Amino acid sequence: MTVTDTPALVKLTDVSKFYGNIRALQGVSLEVSAGEITCVLGDNGAGKSTLIKIIAGLHRHDAGSFEIEGEETVLANPRAALDHGIATVYQDLAVVPLMPVWRNFFLGSEPTKGRGPFRRLDVELMRETTRAELLRMGIDLRDVDQPIGTLSGGERQCVAIARAVHFGAKVLVLDEPTAALGVKQSGVVLKYVAAARDAGLGVVLITHNPHHAHLVGDRFVLLKRGTMAGSHTRDSITLDELTRQMAGGSELDELSHELERVAESGPDRPSGTADTASGTTAP
Amino acid sequence: MSTAGAVDERLAPTSLFRRLLGRPELGAVVGAAAVFVFFSFAAPSFLQASSLSTILYSASTIGIMAVPVALLMIGGEFDLSAGVMVTTSALLSSMFSYQMTANVWVGVGVSLLVTLAIGFFNGFMLTRTKLPSFIITLGTFLMLTGLNLGFTKLISGSVSTKTIADMEGFSSARALFASQWNVGSVTLKVTILWWLALVAVATWILLRTRAGNWIFAVGGGADAARATGVPVVKTRIGLYMGVALCAWISGQHILFSFDVVQSGEGVGNEFLYIIAAVIGGCLMTGGYGSAIGSAVGAFIFGMTSNGIVYAQWNPDWFKFFLGAMLLLATLLNAWVRKRAEAK
Repeated sequence: MTVTDTPALVKLTDVSKFYGNIRALQGVSLEVSAGEITCVLGDNGAGKSTLIKIIAGLHRHDAGSFEIEGEETVLANPRAALDHGIATVYQDLAVVPLMPVWRNFFLGSEPTKGRGPFRRLDVELMRETTRAELLRMGIDLRDVDQPIGTLSGGERQCVAIARAVHFGAKVLVLDEPTAALGVKQSGVVLKYVAAARDAGLGVVLITHNPHHAHLVGDRFVLLKRGTMAGSHTRDSITLDELTRQMAGGSELDELSHELERVAESGPDRPSGTADTASGTTAP
Repeated sequence: MSTAGAVDERLAPTSLFRRLLGRPELGAVVGAAAVFVFFSFAAPSFLQASSLSTILYSASTIGIMAVPVALLMIGGEFDLSAGVMVTTSALLSSMFSYQMTANVWVGVGVSLLVTLAIGFFNGFMLTRTKLPSFIITLGTFLMLTGLNLGFTKLISGSVSTKTIADMEGFSSARALFASQWNVGSVTLKVTILWWLALVAVATWILLRTRAGNWIFAVGGGADAARATGVPVVKTRIGLYMGVALCAWISGQHILFSFDVVQSGEGVGNEFLYIIAAVIGGCLMTGGYGSAIGSAVGAFIFGMTSNGIVYAQWNPDWFKFFLGAMLLLATLLNAWVRKRAEAK
């Protein structure tokens, strides 16, 4: 699955970040190519957020190199990251709950038609595009006119991902997309992450759940207290090993307990029509 | 499962009903109908055509301001200076014309610029300081109240301005801002046209332009709006300047209706505008509402304030009715919205 003849979409080598005398990140390397998912795993405070902020252009790295498609780059701001095709979907998703799905989908980049005072939103195009783009990701929405706040957490996450894909993202950075979701919802989201990968995007998936990571990831970068605790490809590590590396000793029993539950319902992914918010499930 | 374009079978049964319930102005329309029926029985003269024109006129004086205040509220902010700003705008036209020129149109133009500048000041201070709009516009409200009285006494020597009825351009300005026609036995004032036009324009902006999308977004989730590239600061300043523009229209109407302006007027009217917007379905927290709703809210105001007179009750009861209406409308809106969003 790895594309070897073209440079990686994003490649970080020995990147460090200091906040004053606090070492937030030291010597972290990561790469993601088109059609590939790189998972960044780590517990709270491991440096995941710092890493995501560097890739998203919110912070600049202090040491190491940051290459985008083979070119050494320093991102000035989030806009610069977007111009390079790096779209970040944060946990709050940047959606306005009371607005309809189609208005949210195009928020800030609304297409218009007509001239002068008659310049107006191309509502039909917006509605149709939203419906089509979501369907392409496998989301069959009941009604694009419903407020996005009425969607389930998983569906909202998927809309945010579909939006990033539609607006030409080449690299998708997802900040803990499954953190606040139930097991079933997580499965739905992971399916769309895989769909984005199949559409040819490079995906950086930040998570603290090794189980989710192992389901979809091609590469795994483990962070611990700001340093890199390991870097693996899918072939070179098992789920058990990934879990063991992420959590140590006493935490492990508890964690494996949790993971067994996840393993049971993991493969049983619901179909796209499942209205998981209200608990009703489509066949 | 491919349902794009086709009618979704999961949508069909409740679609129209739901869509109706989902409209922000539904609560206000139901309320307006109730008030109308109530006064139709309580006051026999309420249903006469001449009464209707009076009701429409008083609705339009509130409605002209309720439109931009509703937009501002959808954008998540308040403007407590809106009431006195109307008076400020009228005073500016009158006194500038009287003192500086022979033509009232110069004063009207200067007033437009200064009033827009006040609106800009509100928006600029809000976005710069990030203080709540309640505080910023409360400050502007007090300052304008003081300036209105202070300047008028300083320049005219009394609390009202001197008449400008004999000045050049007065009749043409009156035609634009304060004319009226007789249609049969009914007198219709030009403010009704201003009001309906503003409602139409505001509805167009809200539902069919990028700016409208931004207003909803800024009020419904400013951080999300910023993250998606919406010009949040410009949108907010624009909304305050919209309030200023309508305050100017309203102020010119007062000036050219009565020739003179009382400098202490306007205080408290800001709440009437807010009440009309809230009754019309605007959410106090922003992100939800409509311009048409504010018009219905203003119409309810017009019916109540005049209906009490037609019913020959003591007008002291008016405020009580207004307050009760506000509570009922807000409760009804909340209930309707809950029903609309429950799937």
